[in-house]
Amino acid sequence: MTRCALLALFLTLPVITGVAPGPANAAPVSYKLPDETAAFKPGPNLELVQNNCTACHSADYVNTQPRGPKFKKDFWQAEVTKMIKVYGAPIDDSDVGKIVDYLAATY
Amino acid sequence: MLDRREMMMRAGMAALATGFGSFRALALDSMTLPIDNGERPLVKYPQKRPMIGLTQRPPQLETPFSVFNDGAITPNNAFFVRYHLADVPLNIDPDKFTLEIKGKVDHPIKQLPAVELVAVNQCSGNSRGFSNPRVAGGQLGNGAMGNARWRGVPLKTVLDKAGVQQGAKQVTFNGMDGPVSDKTPDFVKALDVDHARDGEVLLAYGMNGEDLPVLNGFPLRLVVPGYYGTYWVKHLNEISVIDSVFDGFWMKSAYRIPDTPCGCIEPGTAPKATIPINRFTVRSFITNVTDGARLKPGGTTLKGIAFDGGKGIKDVAVSIDGGMSWTPAKLGKDLGKYSFREWKLPVKLAAGKHELKVRATNNAGDIQPMDPFWNPPGYLRNVVETVRVTAA
Repeated sequence: MTRCALLALFLTLPVITGVAPGPANAAPVSYKLPDETAAFKPGPNLELVQNNCTACHSADYVNTQPRGPKFKKDFWQAEVTKMIKVYGAPIDDSDVGKIVDYLAATY
Repeated sequence: MLDRREMMMRAGMAALATGFGSFRALALDSMTLPIDNGERPLVKYPQKRPMIGLTQRPPQLETPFSVFNDGAITPNNAFFVRYHLADVPLNIDPDKFTLEIKGKVDHPIKQLPAVELVAVNQCSGNSRGFSNPRVAGGQLGNGAMGNARWRGVPLKTVLDKAGVQQGAKQVTFNGMDGPVSDKTPDFVKALDVDHARDGEVLLAYGMNGEDLPVLNGFPLRLVVPGYYGTYWVKHLNEISVIDSVFDGFWMKSAYRIPDTPCGCIEPGTAPKATIPINRFTVRSFITNVTDGARLKPGGTTLKGIAFDGGKGIKDVAVSIDGGMSWTPAKLGKDLGKYSFREWKLPVKLAAGKHELKVRATNNAGDIQPMDPFWNPPGYLRNVVETVRVTAA
């Protein structure tokens, strides 16, 4: 039989620079992430790549990957397949090849 | 969680936001990790000093390596950040926060006594950028690690009060952060029930005398001493005791290492069998001299840090001749077997080039390898580090 236990934790006032705490004890904490600036490099099908990839992650995930002859079509095909099969990225079948081509040609 | 239409809108907004700015538009400056494609922006986030920006969404921030020369404890505002999924909780009300403990347990729980423990948290992918051959994943230098004094309630206390039932096998941990798409597996991790009840795993709300920073898991995170950071679930709000071995994606498919004694295989090959990543390998670093530095000939004191997965550091040896001869270093204060252990050693450097190396051994006799191990995810790196300097 499954029962639930709820543990209320008594936390102290979050006095945090750069975070917006309210005036009272244990006030809600509101955190603002910096604006996103990472961008994909110009290349074929750029808009398609932006629309499909940036829903879940910023462009620097791609920009920082290893480069060179061993990191072309096969590497990027495996990454795009992982995004679809493992993380459930809703990418149309007809777009997969175009995205891989962009990544292999641009990075 | 967003549906596909919202995801597309968000993507469009991101494209709009990024269309006119350069990569470093809001960065303070940049730095370059000693790897190909290693240029990274230095970025400023609330509660953090300038950090090495790996990715913006979800946020991943690496600690500038010079921080590790400032002491055994890593300041909260310099502690690395690693999220997997982009729905990060940014509005948290501690008054309304609850931790749910469910599954194969019997009783509700009230307030509990706290304990403190100093422990290193190290990302599984720390140093992945140095893998050779290179592998996909977060291209980190050596700064996805940190050492803090954690304050919280032992998980054992909570589980004992909850009354773990006969037949329980594992305990799962889920945090408030989640995926953008409901097709993406939520980040849930599991420990064997005996590990969860070892008395050392903590439900931590304090870090170096303060509340946890938001990006380090406020208001509550799991602390699993000696284990890689993947188990240190942030924004922890759900613990479930189960009578099976958890088969979620983040245990069954991700964060796996080859099932070999070294966790390594022939570079470029695929493992025959894998197991979940677990304890840290033993590591050490020189922190006060950087690679390529020019020093004055004569006496200088080298210093640095060492740590392992919880046996404790037995000794640290230093070589100034590329590994031909080794001299034991003096160990600093012992903050506990899960902590960084500082070391230092006065050396004399004649004019010329020198390869400085540091090698730690733990109390189980595990010693750092002279050549790097390799595995496909780029985990467990613990090769003897080399710093090349010129005395002139």
